[in-house]
Amino acid sequence: MAKRVAIVGTGQTYHKSKRLDVNGVELIHEAVARALEDTELTRDDIDLVIIGNMDHFEGINYVDMWSIDGSGGFMKPTIKLTTGGTTGSTLAIAGYHMVASGLFNKALVIGWEKNSESDTTAAINTAFDPIWDRLTFAGAIGALAVEASAYMDDYGITERDAARVVVRDRKNACNNPYAHLRKEVTIEEVLSSPMLCDPVKLLDMCPRSDGACAVIFASEDVAEKITDTPVWIWGTANRHLYSYINDVNFHGLQSLKNASMELYQKCGIKEPLKEIDVIELYQPYSFGGLLWLESMGLCKEGEAPKLVWDGVTDMDGELPVNPSGGVIATNPIGATGLIRCAEVARQMMGKAGEHQVPNVKIAISTGFGGCMWSDILLYGKDKPY
Amino acid sequence: MNKWLETVEPLVYESRIKVPYTWSVGEVGSRFLIELRDHKKIYGTRCPKCNIVYLPPRKTCSQCFFNLDEWVEVGPQGTLITYTLVHYESSMMPMKSPFAYGIILLDKANTGLVHLLDEVKSEEIKTGMRVEPVFKDERTGDIMDIRYFRPVR
Repeated sequence: MAKRVAIVGTGQTYHKSKRLDVNGVELIHEAVARALEDTELTRDDIDLVIIGNMDHFEGINYVDMWSIDGSGGFMKPTIKLTTGGTTGSTLAIAGYHMVASGLFNKALVIGWEKNSESDTTAAINTAFDPIWDRLTFAGAIGALAVEASAYMDDYGITERDAARVVVRDRKNACNNPYAHLRKEVTIEEVLSSPMLCDPVKLLDMCPRSDGACAVIFASEDVAEKITDTPVWIWGTANRHLYSYINDVNFHGLQSLKNASMELYQKCGIKEPLKEIDVIELYQPYSFGGLLWLESMGLCKEGEAPKLVWDGVTDMDGELPVNPSGGVIATNPIGATGLIRCAEVARQMMGKAGEHQVPNVKIAISTGFGGCMWSDILLYGKDKPY
Repeated sequence: MNKWLETVEPLVYESRIKVPYTWSVGEVGSRFLIELRDHKKIYGTRCPKCNIVYLPPRKTCSQCFFNLDEWVEVGPQGTLITYTLVHYESSMMPMKSPFAYGIILLDKANTGLVHLLDEVKSEEIKTGMRVEPVFKDERTGDIMDIRYFRPVR
């Protein structure tokens, strides 16, 4: 029988375009030290370290070895994971699996990236097939732009609708001391920002950030001794799609749709919009903040703009999305999915400070990456059955 | 061999991955390299709990996770702990082979420094021999500001 698993503490760094004050190992240590402080645990208490990033962004290929001084992995079992954009959410799922197995009691899970150290788009292109995709495929922005075009055509969605998502997230980020871009923007500023890949403009896109995040997962045997507010993992789901970008069905995010359905079924969620209290969505661009809510079954297809314009996803709405400011405000890629997890945990523990959503009992975080694939995790304040 | 090779030419697609990088050196690395560049001095950081002087310097003790801020000047002389003679050629080599490199424990340090050995005949290199650094005249702030180590004469 698997153990039940809870998050007992989190730590993240301050994020910037360039954190010149630290090298990668020191950046990792900053997040780890905060997570240990949050739990009042020491390095000796940790019995497994799981770390992840995307190797090509920093050009360091054995990060599990290289990061030991920062991760605290000295003479401990240490695992490295990389799954592209979903690296952070994969890390969270792996932490859950490893502790649920009963073989480890306290797992320290670390996601990090120092995106300033290379050319992000060039590095992303190395993830794609050298014969078929690299010559014609224009990196992350291009793949998202074709999804947005299909979505606009399907339902008459406008660039203004998408801009409303940016306005929400950038406003929320101002209340999060760890966020990278902490300046509000207006709809007009989004619409008049430089065009990157039609219809995606500069302010529709996430930045690239330097930063790290650490989350400590503990088994039911010890979680309640470590904290009075454990955040229980109720379930996770994950779907990968195709190898080639040309095979993707761009009418809705199929991987997220499928993973969400599995997760709701596993966790007994019947009316997600009503039952879920907060979502930290891995939303690298504004249109994803509309289309992907539909893919998660929060509303009917084509109706997400109404949900967003009506304020349902705002801080004081029925279902706040990205109270932290989300990916549009902060994006150290290998950490990004794990920050979603940490932010949900902070909300449920009542530690979110200025961006606290009151009384969070059920929450979701997601991850997105590569060829349009998805991770999703569901958390509860109550211990799962 | 597959039969299709008799009728179709097997193509091999040739390309390259070329990504420029910049790496933040960080706090202790910057202090170390600036001392080396500007004053030809070598410093380590000391963990007061574990009584270990780290070289290259670390910001965190890997054994006890304590933040290190105590600086200790080490060397410049040291003892050769182990070495090898490189006989093969590769584009990544720092010198034309044959050449020697080893791990040197500088005086007052507890962890070794990997570096090149020169001004010595290969048959004269011995574990335990005393060595000293030869610095570059024009130093730029990287570990090759030490050109190599040579025997103390």
